[in-house]
Amino acid sequence: MSESIEQTQTHSSRYADASIVRTKFADTIEEIIEVIGEITLVVKREGLVELMTFLRDEPSLKFNYLSDIGGVDLGEFASPRFAVAYQLYSLEHNHRLRVKVFLDEDDANLPTLWNVWKASNWLEREIYDMFGVNFEGHPDQRRILMPADYEGHPLRKDFPMKGY
Amino acid sequence: MQARELVVPATSTISPLSMLRKPDPLSDTRMTVSMGPQHPSTHGVLRLELVLDGETVVKAIPDIGYLHTGMEKTMEKEKWQQVVTITCRMDYLNSMGNDLGYCLAVEKLMGVEVPERAKIIRVLLTELNRIASHLVWFGTHAMDIGAMTGFFYAFTHREKILDLFECATGARFHQSYFIIGGARWDVPDNFIPLCEEFLDGFPSLLAEAKKLVTGNKIFQTRTKGVGYISKEDALDWALSGPTIRGSGVNWDIRKSEPYSDYETYDFDVPVYDGGDVWSRYLVRMDEFHESWKICRQALERLKTVSGSVKSDHPKLKLPERDLMKQHIDVMIHHFLLASEGFTVPVGEVYQSIESARGEIAYYIVSDGGERPYRVRVRTPSYVNLAALPAMVEGSLIADVVAVIGSIDIVLGDVDR
Repeated sequence: MSESIEQTQTHSSRYADASIVRTKFADTIEEIIEVIGEITLVVKREGLVELMTFLRDEPSLKFNYLSDIGGVDLGEFASPRFAVAYQLYSLEHNHRLRVKVFLDEDDANLPTLWNVWKASNWLEREIYDMFGVNFEGHPDQRRILMPADYEGHPLRKDFPMKGY
Repeated sequence: MQARELVVPATSTISPLSMLRKPDPLSDTRMTVSMGPQHPSTHGVLRLELVLDGETVVKAIPDIGYLHTGMEKTMEKEKWQQVVTITCRMDYLNSMGNDLGYCLAVEKLMGVEVPERAKIIRVLLTELNRIASHLVWFGTHAMDIGAMTGFFYAFTHREKILDLFECATGARFHQSYFIIGGARWDVPDNFIPLCEEFLDGFPSLLAEAKKLVTGNKIFQTRTKGVGYISKEDALDWALSGPTIRGSGVNWDIRKSEPYSDYETYDFDVPVYDGGDVWSRYLVRMDEFHESWKICRQALERLKTVSGSVKSDHPKLKLPERDLMKQHIDVMIHHFLLASEGFTVPVGEVYQSIESARGEIAYYIVSDGGERPYRVRVRTPSYVNLAALPAMVEGSLIADVVAVIGSIDIVLGDVDR
């Protein structure tokens, strides 16, 4: 369902026009969504690192700042189960972009972006800790917020609210 | 003597082989020390594993999670309007800033307009909160380095700000005053004179601070050249706020992506390009003055702009009681809003604002229900702390203390 949401004047985040990547990464990108002024690239895991490197280096995009990597658990029986959303920002052009990858539960692996932005180190560690998504090539993949020998991934929907 | 099996804790990345040898005090010069989690200078429950060669830090490995209370998970069970009680507890020194970010994100998702008086109150209280947070930073940072007197001046002024918060919102900390749609209630009549009094007396602190701390040669020697991070590294590590403005990056979200009418206020963004603790100190000291300017302007507007402080969007505004008692549909509306709560359209939103520590951003996913489906909070201290090893490796333990103070972390922000 989508009511028409008016753009209020208090919010002025500009999102980048990412159509330039559509042809270059046609087999990585699944779709480009624009809602409430925010642009999301839904991509496949294959070619993710190349896409991110291109987004970082391409002069008209110049996403030199990885703002956040957020994980979402879409439900215990949902397929795909996890979504990982990369929020990018370019200081030079002052525009943002969201890149989203959907993952199945038994194949929850992603390549690390450590070589693209160093900020991904702790951000990916938290997603590993909270959701159990594995980041291949991560220099230091271990739990960050929970104790080192903890079992279970707290932000999954089947993890009880009160814990164990 | 036989080498014994030693159990190496998983958090340590020291090679286990080095721990199996019998320690030889004449040749092994490295020692691993755990700084924290109980330590007066780590500003909270932060544990740093420091591998030391004498007094020099060879490796610094932050170990966080001691204050993790599962706030993101808790937010999934609270109703939309109740989540503001949790967001203010994350970065407990900049609580109104956290609330503001959440409220702006949900308002963007719902398409709600906030009335002008509410925006002015939001700006005024957020900037007062920024001053209060920087006062804590100033007092504790100076105290860690040894200049203890500044702490008392800072906290005396901060008490006045907390009195102002109590006057307007009813609570000194964890105000939960901003709600989706505006503010909970209008500020009382004695708030404006109290605020005037505070703003008139505040510049004296800045003068005292210059005499006591900024001009202090020992303080300058302890902070100049310490904890250096270059502009490129700072961007790579995604630092934000005063931490990155001390490395020469001119970026403030209040200027680049203004919210709540910040573009109508006249203020500057201090930027210094030393990249060290001293530059970050100067940035925050200048930010005191800039926030003070914004408070002055907001207070002038508060005197002239009248109106409601809550939006009258039907999902957010409870109907009037007279109408409710006469018409059944109004009563149903009132009942559903008061009991179940309102729903937010399906979608996702990412809203970032400038908190006292940097960029705090909310990535909110809604499934159309009356509770958030997922609230991901990108907190500045978490991301800034990841760069601590890069700033600190190669310097002395005393410098670690200075650098932690200059990044200005709050463990509630780091761990949530």
